[in-house]
Amino acid sequence: MTTEQAYDTVDMMLNMGPQHPATHGVFRMVLTVDGERVVDVTPHIGYLHRGSEKLAENESYGQVVTLFDRLDYVSNLNNELIFCRAAERLMGIEPPERGQYIRVILAELNRLASHLLFIGTYAIDLGAMTPIMYGFRERERIQNMFESVTGARMMHNFIRIGGVKEDVPSDFVPRVRALLDDVERGVQECDRLLTFNEVFLARTRGVGVIDLPTALSCGLTGPSLRASGLAYDVRKDYPYEVYPYLSYKVPVGENGDCWDRYYMRVLECYESLSMIRQCLDQMEEGPVMAQMRRIARPPKGEVYVHGENPRGDIGVFLVSDGTDKPYRVKVRPPSFCNLVSLRPMMRDAYIADAVAILGSLDIVLGEVDR
Amino acid sequence: MIGTIKGLLTTARWLLKRPVTAHYPEQHLPVQQRYMGFPALLMDDTADEPFCTGCMVCVRECPTQCMSAQMHDNPKFADGSSHRRKIINEFEINLNRCILCGICVDVCAFDAIEMSYEHELASYARTGSRADLTLLLDLGRRYMDMSGWSPENPEKNVAEVALAKRAAAAAAKAASAGDAAATDDPTEDGE
Repeated sequence: MTTEQAYDTVDMMLNMGPQHPATHGVFRMVLTVDGERVVDVTPHIGYLHRGSEKLAENESYGQVVTLFDRLDYVSNLNNELIFCRAAERLMGIEPPERGQYIRVILAELNRLASHLLFIGTYAIDLGAMTPIMYGFRERERIQNMFESVTGARMMHNFIRIGGVKEDVPSDFVPRVRALLDDVERGVQECDRLLTFNEVFLARTRGVGVIDLPTALSCGLTGPSLRASGLAYDVRKDYPYEVYPYLSYKVPVGENGDCWDRYYMRVLECYESLSMIRQCLDQMEEGPVMAQMRRIARPPKGEVYVHGENPRGDIGVFLVSDGTDKPYRVKVRPPSFCNLVSLRPMMRDAYIADAVAILGSLDIVLGEVDR
Repeated sequence: MIGTIKGLLTTARWLLKRPVTAHYPEQHLPVQQRYMGFPALLMDDTADEPFCTGCMVCVRECPTQCMSAQMHDNPKFADGSSHRRKIINEFEINLNRCILCGICVDVCAFDAIEMSYEHELASYARTGSRADLTLLLDLGRRYMDMSGWSPENPEKNVAEVALAKRAAAAAAKAASAGDAAATDDPTEDGE
């Protein structure tokens, strides 16, 4: 604040977290506040560090998939997919078409589940109790579908190096179609409840604005970056799996504020729904697993593979020394990299908006700390 | 104001509908057919012994090292009522460590282990999370009854079929060898 002051004031340090319900896990922010304004914010991470990257060095390639399940525990299948793609790139194998379609369907369903969870928890961050019930109801339907396909609701270990574990059940396609209709209604309901609600708009419009150059220099990716006006989507720009066969739009925002970041995710839900429908139309019978040895043993080399997670651009740097265990696994977690932009977003915001800004980044601490 | 009214209308639509939630301890939702609960060991009913021979492949492949196994010589192999030379003696799964990934099922060559439907195994006992062979076989029995399980490779794994196959092979061998060469040792196994 630059007003003329007759007396000296001192900035106050305000500690928020790690045990705070609005930090979506164990995340600690040290806010420096001048009255109601946030002057500076220092994020502290590491409370959920499990050493996944190091653990991966002692496990065989097939076992590492179970660790990737637990990175971003809201979009498990997307994580499995990225590691399996990295290992496949290293081994030079290509999963069969049906396997790729199944992977994309499951990954997009998981994106839907993740965004629905975001809509619910973001509303609760801002003090609205109802939307989380709607979001969770739809997410539960998707998880039921996962359970019938993969056998687990969250930690699936279903996407394997070379394809998927097994073919989908015979009634998969009609059931997913019915599910999509239900989920679409659910997304529309959440949309109606929240998006243009006056209170919600007042809390999010113009809050936590980040302009595109700052966002890019902070390494922001995913829906949060697209909210600032750049249509960067790994699925579109560096296509993988069967994404090039699908037609979809990449929603782009204008202002880069909290509302845009929220709305990008709502729009992405609709895009995901249409992508899954196209996949179901295009999918043909066939094998789901590539011909390969049971124990994956990639040749010596290193590879960097990235893909689009619900939170942003996830990357895996994988080094193989020719044995059945990876020499090094490095993850570029989108949540962690997105946290860098927390400081420019929060500067000069009100304390009351700190939770709104943090929530709009949609971080998952399992991925931030690994 | 309009947004608030819209929201109220949306919620009002659900006011008279039945709840979608289930009240858990009283109400149990059915698990899906592919549900992966805790691993369990299966019984080969035709030989009245477990399929598991204690080959340790699941123990080695487990990402969390939650299992331990020990094999011994199968007494039934000596009297010819089983085709398994070795049989599991002790098997323990620490259910606290198990992450339900299903890798043990994938690597098992004997159809001996399956992910059961069990997921409510809380107990008051201090050792309640340590499932021993008896408990694992009980869980496996429940799973076989619930799912109508059948082995993937019967000719390799089910004792009756395997023994019949082995007897047929031995008979064919004996016939082809003819009676010129008297059988050296009838107890010697072909494999």
